[in-house]
Amino acid sequence: MLNNQGRPTHAGTAQPSARTFTGNRALMMEEALIFETGRLDVTGVDIEPPAAFTPSLGGLERRAPLDLPGLSEPETMRHYVRLSQKNFSIDAGLYPLGSCTMKHNPRLNEKMARLPGFADIHPLQPVSTVPGALALLAQLGHWLTTMTGMAAVSLVPKAGAHGELCGMMAIKAAIAARGEAATRRVVLVPDSAHGTNPATAALIGFEVRAVPARADGTVDPASVAALMGPDVAAIMLTNPNTCGIFERDIVAIAAIIHEGGGYFYCDGANFNAIVGKTRTGDLGVDAMHINLHKTFSTPHGGGGPGSGPVVLSERLAAFAPVPFVRKSATGLDLVEHAEGQSFGRMSAFHGQMGMFVRALSYMLSHGADGLREASEDAVLNANYVRVCLNDVMSSPFGERPCMHEVLFDDEWLKGSGVTTLDFAKAMIDEGYHPMTMYFPLVVHGAMLIEPTESESLAALDLFIMTLRDLAFSAKRGETGRFTDAPHLAQRRRLDETRAARTPKLRWTPPEVAKAAE
Amino acid sequence: MSTLYYTKDHEYISVDGDIGTIGITDHAQQALGDVVFIELPKAGTKLARGKEAAVVESVKAASDVYAAASGEVLEVNKALEAAPGTVNEDAQGRGWFFRLKLSNKAELGDLMDAAAYEAFLKTLD
Amino acid sequence: MRYHPHTKSEREAMLARIGVASIDALFADIPADKRLEGLLDLPHGLSEMAVERQLGALAARNVVAGSVPFFCGAGAYRHYVPASVDHLIQRSEFLTSYTPYQPEIAQGTLQYLFEFQTQVAALTGMEVANASMYDGSTAAAEAVLMAHRLTRRSKAVLSGGLHPHYAEAIRTLTAMAGEEASLMPADLRAEEDILAEIDNDTSCVVVQSPDVFGNLRDLRPIAARAHEKGALLIAVFTEVMALGLIEPPGAMGADIVVGEGQSLGNGLNFGGPYVGLMATRQNFIRQMPGRLCGETVDAEGRRGFVLTLSTREQHIRRDKATSNICTNSGLCALAFTIHMSLLGAKGLRQLALVNHARASALAEQLRKVAGVEVINKSFFNEFAVRLKGSASEIVETLAESRVLAGVPYARLAPQAGLDDILLVAVTETTTDADAEALIAALQGALPC
Repeated sequence: MLNNQGRPTHAGTAQPSARTFTGNRALMMEEALIFETGRLDVTGVDIEPPAAFTPSLGGLERRAPLDLPGLSEPETMRHYVRLSQKNFSIDAGLYPLGSCTMKHNPRLNEKMARLPGFADIHPLQPVSTVPGALALLAQLGHWLTTMTGMAAVSLVPKAGAHGELCGMMAIKAAIAARGEAATRRVVLVPDSAHGTNPATAALIGFEVRAVPARADGTVDPASVAALMGPDVAAIMLTNPNTCGIFERDIVAIAAIIHEGGGYFYCDGANFNAIVGKTRTGDLGVDAMHINLHKTFSTPHGGGGPGSGPVVLSERLAAFAPVPFVRKSATGLDLVEHAEGQSFGRMSAFHGQMGMFVRALSYMLSHGADGLREASEDAVLNANYVRVCLNDVMSSPFGERPCMHEVLFDDEWLKGSGVTTLDFAKAMIDEGYHPMTMYFPLVVHGAMLIEPTESESLAALDLFIMTLRDLAFSAKRGETGRFTDAPHLAQRRRLDETRAARTPKLRWTPPEVAKAAE
Repeated sequence: MSTLYYTKDHEYISVDGDIGTIGITDHAQQALGDVVFIELPKAGTKLARGKEAAVVESVKAASDVYAAASGEVLEVNKALEAAPGTVNEDAQGRGWFFRLKLSNKAELGDLMDAAAYEAFLKTLD
Repeated sequence: MRYHPHTKSEREAMLARIGVASIDALFADIPADKRLEGLLDLPHGLSEMAVERQLGALAARNVVAGSVPFFCGAGAYRHYVPASVDHLIQRSEFLTSYTPYQPEIAQGTLQYLFEFQTQVAALTGMEVANASMYDGSTAAAEAVLMAHRLTRRSKAVLSGGLHPHYAEAIRTLTAMAGEEASLMPADLRAEEDILAEIDNDTSCVVVQSPDVFGNLRDLRPIAARAHEKGALLIAVFTEVMALGLIEPPGAMGADIVVGEGQSLGNGLNFGGPYVGLMATRQNFIRQMPGRLCGETVDAEGRRGFVLTLSTREQHIRRDKATSNICTNSGLCALAFTIHMSLLGAKGLRQLALVNHARASALAEQLRKVAGVEVINKSFFNEFAVRLKGSASEIVETLAESRVLAGVPYARLAPQAGLDDILLVAVTETTTDADAEALIAALQGALPC
């Protein structure tokens, strides 16, 4: 299955807004590329040249030119500070990207990750010199397995999708160990799943079979039973699902999969809704990744680095990758080489230590009580937004409560001349980051709003009033507010068609660029 | 004189003798948005009906194009590589994808004619 | 809880507005017998001060690299990171933003990614680079699958000079994908006959330079043979700083270049997060995994940047995507690009030269130590030595006197039969006193 729901991606043309000599507009600064302002003979780092010596480069000295300009420190500061000012951020405003969990990033966690005892230790220095690091890995593992009620955890995966890969590799290894590698080749994936699920399954040679959703957005055990057979290796099910709904028949689904000889992979992207309310292991899950950058608030950093530990059931624990920490009579051992049934190594070193420290700092700060409160407030906030908007917008699955995120479709915009995309862009002018749009694919013109527990009641009320104002405006036919939006951001709509038709992926000097044309 | 047939996957096949010209319909190009890339089959490829033959991509979407009927690829529309936007401008004209030498014209009987396709589109709304 | 704004009365008012009696009514879809009644069996929340005390105690149990004579490398290198780098990456607008899905309000992230891609392409000598991968090892594994797609073959040849972790990451992924990657024996002196391994079924050969033992390798003959057989050359590096001084893989015929970028801008962090680099030829970009940023214009005709060519990716292609990857290593890439902008080509070359000079000086001193044999004819800032005795045991002995002498090769590959080989890395942070401490400690620990 491919995503074949398109939307406009050309920029159109707009009248230039008020001109200034610089192109700047007060605090909104234009900023050139470093290649246009830097000079080849400038460096912002003072380096003492070495005394004369005989190099040992085996005749492989660099001869190719390296045309990378340098900047002095003040120029560097200004360049990147100005770039930063072109970004929306959680710290600056409500960022309701559904399924992404843009919650507050506590600064204590940054401080802890920078303690030299964590930040300045080498992954391969003698194990005897890093007992504190091993203890941290063990402690994080304990929190994760306790919260999920699972037998084991692998901290290795470097992002959510990497975690999916880890869990599915463990499943593939377990199936091979049963001698069924040749026969169990199918993975069931609901239509509403995040694209990484089918991509992961396909990456390691599984065939993907789609499971339809029923009218309320959840998976029907009967559909799973109809697809289950001796060729099915696993199901990949997101819970709570991408529509923001808890799969209420999850226990029955797990039973069908297990009775048929398969494994249950749960996509834990939305685990933040249920921490302290139920345990994954009690629901029959065999493997689940946990996005530390979502549920446990390690910063998203403009798209990474993430961290995606995977918790495993008793049935899969033996197949976990190396390295991992194991309790021994004398303390903690670090197992770095595959033994027994481990499926091996999937990356260098021990995982995203910097993210582990931040996540553990978050967990210790919250405690069992605070973690439950975070889930409850996230769900409370999403439902509050839902009831305050559902008279003006349309819900594809009716009036039912949601979990941590609320899904609307574009039925209510029909005939208004305004699309989901236009509505999202108008939110930018109002100072909000748009919600997730056009996902999940099972809903037309989807708008997925996740306010998170970090938002105060006052912030939610203003957000709701803004969306209501926009909704009424769209219904009144004030299309100008939408179809050209954003009007007030650093940039107007960007021509994505042009970017894709003639990809320009790096800077080239003007003379070279001109010659190429 | 050519005859037009349509599939439920929004492909058309324009048949002239035993040659069929395949592309995507105007409805399909509108749904995809600005087309930015097209992957075409190689001339000489033998395609079975319903088999994936090409891929058409816009910025935010991609769609498989299936062989509307069985046959051997005689020719592909090379011009689309440099100008994929032709599909948006003239999907059922200059925006054709490839031509097949049809191996079983009886298959065409299972496809829709223009009126049936129009009616089919109405059911999708 | 200090991170949660609601008061008790606000929560009650909100529940009333929603029309439910209690918060648990919103969790009604969880099967009744699966709901947790009490709290999880975990401690209660702590104040900032208490958390800092606990984590500080854990951190204090580790030997900090910067506090001792330190020579560990093997894929992670201790360099000095300018203070401005860490300050800038902690700007809220970089730290707490998401993937730039809304380009109108994410030009900051997009522009630095464009700058990053340009820098990586220039450093590696390639036409284009992506917006980064998880790390060097996973980038290498993805590169092999990319080569398989491009060549429609499924047999990779891995050099014996490849970092064993990288080789394992590649072999795990290819084995799971039903493909093949054959690994040559550990190649201490860069003497392997890799050309003989390349045949008409080979999809790619994967060669690291500087290799895991530190040897620099001429990639040109390998590229020539690979191309003659219709295969691709994947060049790997674990020390990006070397590219300031040595001929880049792109200038030697590499088709895909992958490596670890941690050395620029990023600390050791016990192995992660790091930043994987990947560069290739322009005409291969549709098979390249990972995010790509491209230049375009906005509706007023002003230059701007967007994520582009995303039809390769999982959110559109789903099971037909080039990879399942959906993030890059954003903030680490930012640290890389800021450090690189500060250095410029001039600074990078000087810094690389200092690394090479310090490593050369230590190699020279070690040659004079009884019981130590320096293996390498060529190297950048890391080389292999053969010790009289088990390298692991000697490293442990030296660690007791707080000298971290390097990485025993056997730690990476216990079965290779190279128990006496130690990998020694030297950077600009290594002082003369550190070098003297290492020499003295080795002299004390080795049998004469």
